[in-house]
Amino acid sequence: MTSTADHTVLEDTPGHDHEHHHDAGGDTVFGFWIYIMSDCLLFATLFATYAVLSGSFAGGITAKDLFDLKFVAAETALLLLSSFTFGMAMLYAHQHNMRGMITWLCITFALGAGFLCMEMYEFHHFSSMGATPQTSAYWSAFYTLVATHGLHVTAGMIWMLILFVHFYRDGFTNANLVRLACLSLFWHFLDIIWICVFSVVYLMGVM
Amino acid sequence: MSSRPTIVTEPDLIFGKFTSDAIPFTDPIILPVMLIVALGGIGLVTMITKMGKWGYLWREWLTSVDHKRIGIMYVIVAAVMLVRGFSDALMMRAQQAMATASENGAGYLPAEHYDQIFTAHGTIMIFFVAMPLVIGLMNVVVPLQIGARDVAFPFLNSLSFWLFVVGALLVNVSLFVGEFAATGWLAYPPLSGIEYSPWVGVDYWLWALQISGIGTLLTGVNFFVTILRMRAPGMKLMQMPVFTWTSLCANVLIIISFPILTVTLLLLTLDRYFGTHFFTNDLGGNQMLYVNLIWAWGHPEVYILVLPAFGVFSEITATFSRKRLFGYTSLVWATVVIMFLAFVVWLHHFFTMGSGASVNAFFGIATMIISVPTGVKIFNWLFTMYKGRVEFTASMWWTLSFLFTFTIGGMTGVMLAIPAADFVLHNSLFLIAHFHNVIIGGAVFGYFAGFTYWFPKATGFMLDEKLGKLSCALWTIGFFVAFMPLYILGFNGMTRRLNYYDNPEWTYLLWVAAFGALIVLAGIIVQFYQGYVSIRDREINRDVTGDPWNARTLEWSTSSPPPFYNFATMPKIHDRDEHHYKKEHGMAYDVPKQYAPIHMPKNTWAGIVISGFSLIMGFAFVWHIWWMVILGVAGIFGSLVVYSFERNKDYYVPVDQIEPIEHAHLATVNPDGLREMQAQKQNFQA
Amino acid sequence: MIKKYLKSACLLVATLLIGGCELALFDPKGPVGEEAKWLIIISVALMLIVIIPVLMMIFYFPYKYRKSNTQAEYKPDWEHSTKIEIVVWTVPTLIIIALSYVTYETSHSLDPRKPLSDEKHMTIQVVAMDWKWLFIYPEQGIATINEISIPVNTPVEFLITSDTVMNSFFIPRLGSQIYAMAGMENRLHLMADQPGTFRGVSANYSGFGFSGMKFKVHATDQQGFDDWVAKVKSSPQLLNKETLSQLRVQSKDHKIEYFSTVGPHQFKQIIQRYTGAHDVK
Repeated sequence: MTSTADHTVLEDTPGHDHEHHHDAGGDTVFGFWIYIMSDCLLFATLFATYAVLSGSFAGGITAKDLFDLKFVAAETALLLLSSFTFGMAMLYAHQHNMRGMITWLCITFALGAGFLCMEMYEFHHFSSMGATPQTSAYWSAFYTLVATHGLHVTAGMIWMLILFVHFYRDGFTNANLVRLACLSLFWHFLDIIWICVFSVVYLMGVM
Repeated sequence: MSSRPTIVTEPDLIFGKFTSDAIPFTDPIILPVMLIVALGGIGLVTMITKMGKWGYLWREWLTSVDHKRIGIMYVIVAAVMLVRGFSDALMMRAQQAMATASENGAGYLPAEHYDQIFTAHGTIMIFFVAMPLVIGLMNVVVPLQIGARDVAFPFLNSLSFWLFVVGALLVNVSLFVGEFAATGWLAYPPLSGIEYSPWVGVDYWLWALQISGIGTLLTGVNFFVTILRMRAPGMKLMQMPVFTWTSLCANVLIIISFPILTVTLLLLTLDRYFGTHFFTNDLGGNQMLYVNLIWAWGHPEVYILVLPAFGVFSEITATFSRKRLFGYTSLVWATVVIMFLAFVVWLHHFFTMGSGASVNAFFGIATMIISVPTGVKIFNWLFTMYKGRVEFTASMWWTLSFLFTFTIGGMTGVMLAIPAADFVLHNSLFLIAHFHNVIIGGAVFGYFAGFTYWFPKATGFMLDEKLGKLSCALWTIGFFVAFMPLYILGFNGMTRRLNYYDNPEWTYLLWVAAFGALIVLAGIIVQFYQGYVSIRDREINRDVTGDPWNARTLEWSTSSPPPFYNFATMPKIHDRDEHHYKKEHGMAYDVPKQYAPIHMPKNTWAGIVISGFSLIMGFAFVWHIWWMVILGVAGIFGSLVVYSFERNKDYYVPVDQIEPIEHAHLATVNPDGLREMQAQKQNFQA
Repeated sequence: MIKKYLKSACLLVATLLIGGCELALFDPKGPVGEEAKWLIIISVALMLIVIIPVLMMIFYFPYKYRKSNTQAEYKPDWEHSTKIEIVVWTVPTLIIIALSYVTYETSHSLDPRKPLSDEKHMTIQVVAMDWKWLFIYPEQGIATINEISIPVNTPVEFLITSDTVMNSFFIPRLGSQIYAMAGMENRLHLMADQPGTFRGVSANYSGFGFSGMKFKVHATDQQGFDDWVAKVKSSPQLLNKETLSQLRVQSKDHKIEYFSTVGPHQFKQIIQRYTGAHDVK
């Protein structure tokens, strides 16, 4: 999915750019890849922190006491599905089909919102059961890791809203397609991070 | 930075933790400084207003996305911060020299003030002097060396710079409003936690580093993309000048290590603001985790600082030996090997934490292995001079001084890398002497060498060579007088960060060290005087050719300073020492048959405005003024959104504008070629 | 005055010669420090094999090939020599291999956790506080602030923790240091083989009172040690909850204090204070 996006952008480079010795759209997508790499390391550090503190309940409430895999599986399903719907939006974007793209992006947005709501519910639930970020090092690490992912999703959704306005104003310009390609990369990346969160935090947490 | 920590108050809705007590009006040391800074600031503002230069400043500098101008601004801010950081150093040296408890009382600084000074000194010198010097040099040089017209993301470059300025400002604001951290420059918890440091000092530290660190991360991405994707046609990786190579490796290190810093600072921030327990003593917090994380960033950081300096020496040695660089390939590989090894040695900063013997041995040996590629580099520079024609210019003086100083620093580094020896040397003045030996003798001398070397390229006129050499001599002598005693004091059991001591044996050597610091001060004064003299005599020292050193790499083929678009036509690369190659083959300064319009980015308000809101946000966070935090965050994102909707972010430079600029340069370097071409054109038109 | 300067000049020269001088690390009073001293000397000697030629080349090459010396050979395009490359990669590598061997050996032989001999050792429990050192002698049932006494030629096991921020327990004349961290116990084995009074410090910055966080180490014969224990035992102060909470108040340049009795689990309790949930504290 992402490689197609990259490809399109390269093809869309306008012809007048010959004298401009590099292709700016391609640079942006490449640069965004590098940003994603560094964001990956940010999450890697959070995962490492989580791993170090994974047993540090300090005699308090543990993860096993609270985790509900079914609930998290539903959350995961929402996010995975949203990756697919974003892919659909990208397909329509390549065809310069505004309606199709917006529709699928809206579905993606809704799925993302659903995911966030579930996450917030879960946080609220855990807190009310006595597991707040202040309870122990484990819960500090848990909330920080999961909420950092959640904040990324939120940022992605705000970005999506702004992109709507961009497309509404300018249509399928090269700049907008590059933006969409970057957001798509970002969204799929968040999916992958979530799979790691699911495995490392939730699955290993109940084991 | 008052001499006593501000009383911790319950946050107020409007002013947060801020009270009028936070401003040390009565402090005998701070008050005069505050007055001087205030008067200086008012003077500067009045001068600019009187000269009517605000518009010029805004249009040409503050909003500039030109990498050369941004580079120059980095260096200017670094110079200002050097003065600040060095004042701290002088105060520390004076305090320790005077602070034998038994004889002269305990110096003139109370611990509460002294401890802020050494924290500020370390923080400022690494983050706000060394880093901007490296990034400033990269900005000026890298695009020119690879034949690019700008960096890949000019707006981000401007944003990076202004975010860095915000960090520097926050550190300086802490001098007058509240206090700075008193935790040591890496702020180990639990000491830096809210329980043991309830004052705002650590918060200043956190936000200054967080904001400028994000700027650095953006720089890393920017230059990585620039170097990989924007090289002139034909320039293969193994044809890149060594400075570009070392910059590339430094940027890879930035991309990998700065996210770790971001997270580490974030976790400490959460501990302080939301009562989480990452690094607290109780409830499962793990202070060792912080130490590991901060050094997982901190060790690569050392190489971010020093690798580009190695690149500088490579360029300078080759140029002034009038010879090709010896062992280019092994030098490049040595750099890459160091880059990778930089990530597997972090534990050597805390052997004494109590890891097992085998773990310590592993990290000790990994550390020593780094000395092999580093040693190879030294040999490469030596053999570059071998069978050359060495010219002793000021930048070559810095290089030779570096070779001597750094070799010794490397040796003491290997001593510290042996865990069993580190058990007696750790946290002693021996360690202080070592890392100043490699950072001053390795990195800083490199920046000064590079500064001297590329100054004419950036400004169009030369620095005074005699004063440059004098400054180099003073710095070198001052360095040895200041730090050799510290090696000895380390052997004599003196630990770092002491505000006073009761061992009179140490006093004499501390006076020697203080005297050495004064010699370095003389070196710095000479540097500023050198700047003044060079600017005053700029018409005499004009670099009209653009190639004052008869140098070898591509940046010297442009005029000095280069036109804002750098290259009117894209150079085609034939050789590693491209400019030298073209001069040898009589191809340098060929007059192109025609010019084409050049696509360039427009200057933008966004970088400085977004950073302005970051400053508001950072300051508000420090003082827990929540409404202002919201204002800052909203401003940052609002500006980003507005910027993203802007049209006309770029434009084409018309040929009518390019031609006169190019011809002015060609008229000095290739007048015959230019005349011929113009004659041909006229014939054609006729 | 003159004597003082002469002494300092001697210090300078002595470090250049590295040897019989008074620098703490080069005049150790115990086997651990002694081994560390030789380790430093050997490592420097090994490195000088390559450092000295390099330093000479740094002066000789630019001098010999200076621009004005037109007699010297000039090869502007010479940039590669396999022979030189092999030498400059191999020689440092060999030295590092030798140093690696030394490193590996000494990391184990000087591992602070390793007992110095199979003989029975004495145990001293060490607690870093703001800003003083609390020492507990579990075998003698006494405790002190900022002073310890140890019998000469008796291996001592220090069990080290912190009741506050991170510190580092260091007696330069005896050898290795190690961090003191709350909720954790670090171990360090040291021994004095000569009598004397040595300085002990915190080597890791711990806050405003850090500079005054010092203690005295008296190494004496067995008789002297017994007398010292008796002196401590005669102190009217006890180490209990009340006195401990007084000690927890931050204080700078704390004076020496003796406690004649201390609970058998006091050290453990201080560690556990940081390991459990809220109610333990």
